[in-house]
Amino acid sequence: MVIERHLHILDFTLSSLLRRKGKNGALLLVYTLIVFILASVLFFTHALKREAALVLKDAPEIVVQHTLTGRYQPIPVAWGDRIGKINGVISVRPRLWGYHYDTLLMANYTLMVPAENPPGPGSIDLGSGISRTHGANSGDMIAFAGHDGVPRMFTIRKILDSESQLLTSDLILLSEKDYRDFSGIAADQATDLTLRVRNPREYATIAEKITRMYPDTRPIMRSEILRTYDAVFGWRSGLMIVILSAAALAFIIFAWDKATGLSAEERKEIGILKAIGWETSDILMMKFWEGTAISLTAFLLGVILAHVHVFSTSSALFAPVLKGWSTLYPSFRLTPFIDFGQVATLFFLTVVPYTITTIVPSWRAATIEPDAVMR
Amino acid sequence: MALRRSTTYLGTTAGLFLVLVGIFLHTSWEVLASRPIYARKTALVRQLELTDLCLFTEASYTRHLSMTDPSTPFQDAPMSLEHFPTGALVGPPRHLMRNHGYGD
Repeated sequence: MVIERHLHILDFTLSSLLRRKGKNGALLLVYTLIVFILASVLFFTHALKREAALVLKDAPEIVVQHTLTGRYQPIPVAWGDRIGKINGVISVRPRLWGYHYDTLLMANYTLMVPAENPPGPGSIDLGSGISRTHGANSGDMIAFAGHDGVPRMFTIRKILDSESQLLTSDLILLSEKDYRDFSGIAADQATDLTLRVRNPREYATIAEKITRMYPDTRPIMRSEILRTYDAVFGWRSGLMIVILSAAALAFIIFAWDKATGLSAEERKEIGILKAIGWETSDILMMKFWEGTAISLTAFLLGVILAHVHVFSTSSALFAPVLKGWSTLYPSFRLTPFIDFGQVATLFFLTVVPYTITTIVPSWRAATIEPDAVMR
Repeated sequence: MALRRSTTYLGTTAGLFLVLVGIFLHTSWEVLASRPIYARKTALVRQLELTDLCLFTEASYTRHLSMTDPSTPFQDAPMSLEHFPTGALVGPPRHLMRNHGYGD
């Protein structure tokens, strides 16, 4: 009986919504679009943060940079000997890495000497992004101009696995000898030092000892590397705040439009319904269904479309923004990590306020005498 | 006989809800299935001593977010403001404003 009553009210509500097809259709479209944008941003940033947390959990425990006038500089390799004597430090390794700008393709590459299994002199391992842009494969020869402008020829030992593109797309791995010759970095210097530390609870103490030992160094702990990606798409970062403010503004406009009152036609409709015997509770029920029909449909459609957008099309709509001026951009597919708490928050921030702002002005109209409403 | 509007609406909503539940279930399965991939990726991070994701390659301070210094985004002059688009996407690493050498 109760269900049948609800179904009749819902039938009437849907007919009423369909009478204003254009207005309600446009409302549903815009509403879905806002949910889609918000959900896409939430899905993308959460999946990326999880990805970073999972893959970077084995990043170097402490990286020590040498700074000069606020910028990092090559660090003397000999500093590693003194740092290695600090209690708790298992090993110190000079890390060699840097950038190379390819003037031909206008792309930035990251050159790096791997800690384990480096290519032999004259060979390199290539990230799949560089391989793609150069059309180069393993066994091919490739040339890059070194620090002195003289091109060096390398044989490609292998192309790095494309499943790790989000880590290695722009990498060129080479031997220490080739890197020093290519970059011109002195034999007694390295880009930075990486430390292995026995006890994670000692990171901060060791970092403090290093800065006391060498005041012009900057130790970066693994926990800080992980926190970097946790905050990377924080709500305060440029574009994010623009998107969130636009969405918030759109919701305020929705709510304002609803809360400031009903159109003359809607008031008249309420008046007629009351005159023919509808209870105030029936009218509120009708308005509840009206708000729910639009907001729930928009929410479900927006979230489904956002999921498809982020995890099946690799965030195709965000790609132009994420690429910026990059020539090399990894074509990665994020693992669909979803924070259900975020989905629930999105539901409560989109469906509930809209439904409430639909009911409140109708409640005001429904409590007035029918003749006063219709007049 | 034509369906009641309420039946059509509730059916569509239930359908959309089931699609969403299906997507989330598939998602959970995909996350479980991706464990071996993540094992390979972490091994690679260990082997290469990587510190950052290769997400933005246009500028050094967005390519290696955790390794950057505070001056790089502003290049060399006080009025030379950050001009790479991806700089507007990401926030600065939290550790950037401390742990500097005394010579900064």
